[in-house]
Amino acid sequence: MAKILLEMKNITKTFPGVKALDNVNLQVEEGEIHALVGENGAGKSTLMNVLSGIYPYGTYEGDIKYDSEVCKFNDIKDSEAKGIVIIHQELALIPYMTIAENMFLGNERGSKFKINWSETSDLARKYLDIVGLKDSTQTLIKDIGVGKQQLVEIAKALSKNAKLLILDEPTSSLNETDSKALLDLLLKLKAEQNLTSIIISHKLNEISYVADKITVIRDGSTIETLTKGVDDISEARIIKGMVGRELSDRFPKREHNIGEVMMEVKNWNVYHPLYNERKIVNDVNIHVKKGEVLGISGLMGAGRTELAMSIFGKSYGENISGQLFINGEEVHLKNVQDAIKHGIAYVTEDRKGNGLILSNPIKINTTLANLDAVVNRHITIDKDKEYKVAVDYKEKLKTKTPTVEQNVGNLSGGNQQKVLLAKWMFADPDILILDEPTRGIDVGAKYEIYCIINQLVAEGKSVIMISSELPEILGMCDRIYVMNEGRIVGELDGQEATQEKIMTYILQSSGNKEVKNG
Amino acid sequence: MDKNHVLGFLKKNTMIIVLIIVLAFFAWRTGGAILLPMNVSNLISQNAYVFILATGMLLCILTGGNIDLSVGSVVCFVGAVGARLMVDGGYPVWAAILIMIIIGTAIGAFQGFWIAFVRIPPFIVTLAGMLAFRGLSNVVLNGLTVSIKDKTSFVNLFGGGADCYIHDIFGNGALNLTCLVGGIVAAAVFIFVEMSGRIKRTKKNYEVENFAGFLAKVIAITLVILVFAYKLAQHKGIPSVLIWVLAVVIIYGYITSNTTVGRHFYAVGGNEKATKLSGINTNKVYFLAYTNMGFLAALAGMVTIARLTSAQPTYGQNYEMDAIGSCFIGGASAYGGIGTVPGVIVGAVLMGVINLGMSLMGVDANMQKVVKGVVLLAAVIFDVVSKRGGKLIAKN
Repeated sequence: MAKILLEMKNITKTFPGVKALDNVNLQVEEGEIHALVGENGAGKSTLMNVLSGIYPYGTYEGDIKYDSEVCKFNDIKDSEAKGIVIIHQELALIPYMTIAENMFLGNERGSKFKINWSETSDLARKYLDIVGLKDSTQTLIKDIGVGKQQLVEIAKALSKNAKLLILDEPTSSLNETDSKALLDLLLKLKAEQNLTSIIISHKLNEISYVADKITVIRDGSTIETLTKGVDDISEARIIKGMVGRELSDRFPKREHNIGEVMMEVKNWNVYHPLYNERKIVNDVNIHVKKGEVLGISGLMGAGRTELAMSIFGKSYGENISGQLFINGEEVHLKNVQDAIKHGIAYVTEDRKGNGLILSNPIKINTTLANLDAVVNRHITIDKDKEYKVAVDYKEKLKTKTPTVEQNVGNLSGGNQQKVLLAKWMFADPDILILDEPTRGIDVGAKYEIYCIINQLVAEGKSVIMISSELPEILGMCDRIYVMNEGRIVGELDGQEATQEKIMTYILQSSGNKEVKNG
Repeated sequence: MDKNHVLGFLKKNTMIIVLIIVLAFFAWRTGGAILLPMNVSNLISQNAYVFILATGMLLCILTGGNIDLSVGSVVCFVGAVGARLMVDGGYPVWAAILIMIIIGTAIGAFQGFWIAFVRIPPFIVTLAGMLAFRGLSNVVLNGLTVSIKDKTSFVNLFGGGADCYIHDIFGNGALNLTCLVGGIVAAAVFIFVEMSGRIKRTKKNYEVENFAGFLAKVIAITLVILVFAYKLAQHKGIPSVLIWVLAVVIIYGYITSNTTVGRHFYAVGGNEKATKLSGINTNKVYFLAYTNMGFLAALAGMVTIARLTSAQPTYGQNYEMDAIGSCFIGGASAYGGIGTVPGVIVGAVLMGVINLGMSLMGVDANMQKVVKGVVLLAAVIFDVVSKRGGKLIAKN
């Protein structure tokens, strides 16, 4: 048996109100490729952040044993000194610097006052050759594709004498050929340099291709570790491990009273705002009915948020094409004002970044999307009325705060989410698009938000719920669309849907493209 | 009052407390000269342009810490055009005023267009404006001084010349009764507004601050108004420029705190993305901020040439810095979204008092600049650090 390079023992990491990791154990042998799988939010990235020192020693419980000594990393520099290098999903390269400059950023060759450029490019060349990248070291990062950028990241890691490479979703933005090349490179580095890697991925076919061992994480706990050649590592087996939780009574019941089609989207296409050739939403056709909770399921990056925002007055994307019907009539929404006027509300997934003004009190946030409703004589804000509105919603949604004069930044995540919901409920829309409405909030607050959703549809409104949490989608939705890589890849009735069915739709449409095309 | 209350009170009113301390310090060092009626009156006349420009600058800063560097040059340019129109063009005063306002607003709109709709950084656009309009002022004036001494109606209207005080309708005693009556009326209106607001809120069972605090605040402000009016009454009465300043402060104070447009400025500075997704046209907010700045620069331009009874190519230099400094000292956030008109006025008065006090003490003009710089830096350090919970060094 090979030497154990890394052992993470009983790792527990709590964020205010949430236990992200609960007694996680991970063992990685030297020279193996170890895959980490699990749903969004299962805790994979948190675990890797603990390992790489992004969450420093002391902010978590448990031990990290690396190369047979206990490690106490204070920051990412400490872990890199030991040869643990993490490559994040969003690449951290600077577009207007050359490949060589990027590779040695923060690790410059030469002295403090004089960078040795010839050593820089010679070394860069050496590692680029190892990863098989033929471009000049003087090429600017912006001029090479994402696949090659990924190789630069690996070369950069190798230049830091990486012994343990952590790759977070390395192939998520690569095409088939580039993905294959990257995986083959990992196999080659393992064979030639005995490099150990941990790879986080949703693409199960890739995992069965490269991984020696697979650890499944679910809800912040390790479920099992499967070994190639010993255990069954078929996709069905892995999916079972990923989703096999019991659905308890976490969702309030409601009367189903579904009416006519409220909104319909036809042949909807959206392109990336910066990279105009990248299609983010691909020929989507969906509809939602009155009184219906419609779920859109899928992994992060599937294009769900982009779809929702492009519908919401073109607030995302370029070259948007397709038709939008509300109550059977075609509408053209040029901007957010139009969308609100036509009764659409979009409750963002990023409540701090895109939803709330954290430095302002609850009452000001509550009325922001519908200020005209608290205005007297056309221009003056009736502050008493505004106050009353905020108090009403605070009571209706059971927001926990001493007063509505409180700044939103001081509230907990769940209460912030309620303020955000209040803001859009006050705008009185017919169609509410809720993007990850329960992300990062505790179970009690989740339940209350589900109750609010039930109330809204009982009033005859339509709710579109985008969520990465499968139990939530299954527990709440009347109908579910499954989205992957910009397309709708499946539609399920809420009654007949199961986690396995949804995961299968996703994985079949992304993982097995080669098989389907071939 | 417990400890938290005291701390909260200190934090909320820091600049007012600093102002009182600074005033007391200068009263002591100048042997009370700074509180002489003439000096109180001068404080207003000398700093009128700062009050006006700082109010406009606040709107720009609210949108996200954006500043307008061009205001000093625009003040000079508008003044230059106005002086030429009146003196060489023979235009009547009212026409000159109208043209000056149109020109100022148009300059603001021009800069606002590039900033708001094309999204050129405000620093660049207004730096360009600062250079260009300084140059154009020189061109308009041929590098010379144009005197408007004989345009007395214009000069008096905007607070210049010897006769720029509101006439005493009650005769010509040593004490200007009109001014005193004005002060009493203002104090009465203030008390009425505060009281009726409080009664209305109590009736509807809304939250109100505790009565002792409320009473103390009302009495303090009423006293300030009365003492201020009494001082002015002892020195010729109300300077006409005070009317302009009050109008600007009251109107913009109202707009920023009580209207939807005002709310939009704060929202954009607080979180532009969230504001956009709430259906507010953020481009328009930026455009309004800079167009308005041009408008107020025109008003400040008129005040400036009236006070100096001439137009010169060097007028208005560093005015933008006075305005920006007042905003930050007055509690506006360098990141936008926070700041009030009353706060900015306190900031401007503080700067004015420091200027005047040091001049009376005979401090060298160069050292005055040093002191002003230190005060500005200290105020912003205080703001940033106190928001970080008292930690001086930012987390790396």
